[in-house]
Amino acid sequence: MNSVLNILIDIASTPAILVALIAVLGLGLQKKPISDVVRGGIKTFVGFLVVTAGAGVIEGSLAPFGEMFQHAFNMQGVVPNNEAIVALALTKYGTYTALIMLAGMAFNILIARITKFKYIYLTGHATLYMACMIAVIMSVTKMSAVPLVLVGGLALGLANTIFPAIAQPFTKQITKNDSVALGHTGNFGYALSGFIGKYVGNKEKSTEDINFPKGLSFLRDSTVSITLTMGIVYTIVALFAGNDFISKNLSNGTNYIIYALQQAGMFAAGVFVILAGVRLILAEIVPAFKGISEKLVPNSIPALDCPIVFPYAPNAVLIGFLTSFVGGIVSLFIMIATGTTVIIPGVVPHFFCGATAGVFGNATGGVRGAVVGSFIHGVIISFMPILLMPVMGDLGFQGSTFSDTDYGVTGIFLGKLADMGGQIAVVAGVLAVLALLIGLTVFGKKKTTETKEAA
Amino acid sequence: MKMAAVCGSGLGSSFMVEMNINSILNELGVTGVEVAHYDMGSATPDLADVFFVGGDLADSAQHLGNVVILDSIIDMDELREKVKAVCSKEGLL
Repeated sequence: MNSVLNILIDIASTPAILVALIAVLGLGLQKKPISDVVRGGIKTFVGFLVVTAGAGVIEGSLAPFGEMFQHAFNMQGVVPNNEAIVALALTKYGTYTALIMLAGMAFNILIARITKFKYIYLTGHATLYMACMIAVIMSVTKMSAVPLVLVGGLALGLANTIFPAIAQPFTKQITKNDSVALGHTGNFGYALSGFIGKYVGNKEKSTEDINFPKGLSFLRDSTVSITLTMGIVYTIVALFAGNDFISKNLSNGTNYIIYALQQAGMFAAGVFVILAGVRLILAEIVPAFKGISEKLVPNSIPALDCPIVFPYAPNAVLIGFLTSFVGGIVSLFIMIATGTTVIIPGVVPHFFCGATAGVFGNATGGVRGAVVGSFIHGVIISFMPILLMPVMGDLGFQGSTFSDTDYGVTGIFLGKLADMGGQIAVVAGVLAVLALLIGLTVFGKKKTTETKEAA
Repeated sequence: MKMAAVCGSGLGSSFMVEMNINSILNELGVTGVEVAHYDMGSATPDLADVFFVGGDLADSAQHLGNVVILDSIIDMDELREKVKAVCSKEGLL
C-alpha cells in the first residue's frame, strides 16, 4: 500500500508527468480518440523535458556572464528574459507551477462565469509563466501544498481576468471590436501607455501617417534579435572584464571576444530550445482550455496575445520598441550611477511589450502618445524587476528575471503582502481582490477602479 | 496538404490562428489538412504548403514562398475567406 502511495507522490512531484496528465485530462474531456490522447500526452511530457534541457543551456551562458559582470563593474548584472527565468524556476518549482496553472485556468472559467468580467485568457505561455512566478512567490511563504495551489491558482485566475479588463477600454479603441481582449503580460503597461497618450498627445496625428523605415523588421525573428543584442552586451562586458580575467578563469584560453560572442549565441540557443519545449507543452492544453471554456462560458471574451494589435499600427510597433528600449538604456545608466542591481535592457520584453505600448499610446495620443507612453513603459519594466527580485527567494539571484509589467504588479503585490503579514496577508489580499470583482459585478459599476487595486 | 500560421515567437498569436484555421476547416468539412504554427526564425518553405501571417510580418515572411497575408489576425470572416480560397485552389472543396 505504502509503495503505491509513494509512486503516486512521485508522479505528482514529477512535473513532466504531471503536465502530461493535465494534457491527457484535457484531451479526455474533449472526448478525443485514444491515439490523439496518447500522442498529446507524450508530446507534453517530452516538451517539459525540452524546457528543462534549455534551462541547462541558459544557465551555462548566464553563469559566466554574471562572473564577467561582477569582475568588470563590481555589481550584479541581470538579464531580464521570461523564458530563461521560467525554465530555471521550473527545475525546482515545476510541480507547483503545473498545479497552479491548472487551478488558475479553472478559476479563470469560474470568475468569467460568475462575474461580469467575461475574459478567458487564451495566451497559454503567459499563463504558464505567470503560474511559475506565483509558484515561486507562494513557496517563499512556506504555505502547505493544498492551500498554496488553491490560493496561487485563484491569484492566477484573478490576474488573468483583471489584466485584460484594465486594457480593454483601449484595446476596444484599437480593434474597434469588444468581442476580443488583449491577454499578454504587459497589460498594465499598455493601459498606462494608453492613459498617458490621452494627456500628452493627439490621436489625429497618428504614427501611421508618417513614413517610417521598414528595415528593422528582421528583429521580429527572436533568434536574430536576441543573438544580436546579447552579442553586443556580452562583448561590452567582456571588454571591461578584460582578456586576462576571462581567458584565465572562464574561457580556458580562448580569446575573450570570441568567447563572449559564443556565450551570447548560447543564450539565444537556450531560449530557442525553451520556446520549442513550451510550444510542445501548450499544444494540447490550450485548445482543451479553449474548448472547455467556450462550453462553460458561452458569452466569453477571449484574451489573446499582443501581436493581435500589431497590424493596426505597424509604425507604432517599431516606434514603441525603439523608445521603450531607449527607456531601458536610460534606466541602465541611472542604475549604474546609483549603484543598484543593473537590469540589462532585454530586447524581447522591449520588443513585444514596448511595441504594444506604442500601439496603445498611438491609439489615444498619436505619435507623441506612442513615444512618451512607450518610453515610460521602458523605464517601468527596467525598474520593476529590482522590486520584484527580492520577493522571489533564491530565484532572485539567478542572473535573469521576469520583466513584463504584469509580472511585476502581481509579484510585488503578492510578495509585499507575504513580507508584511505572511500567509494570512496573502490569502486575505487575494480574497479581497476576488470580493472586489464580485462587488463590481453586483453593483454594476464601471470597471476602471481595479487598476488601482492591482497596482 | 499542410497549412501553417507564423508569428514572431511562435507562441501565442500563430497558435490562435492555427486553432481558428482548424475550426474553419471543421466548419467547411475539409479533412486531411494538417495545421501547425511556427516562429519566424524557424519557419522554412518546406515546413508547409501555405503560410498564414499577420500584415505586420508580410516583409519578414517573403522567404516562405506561398504566403497568405491577414490584414487582421482576429477577423474570423477574413480568415474564413482566405482559407476557403486556399482549399478551393487545392481542390479540397
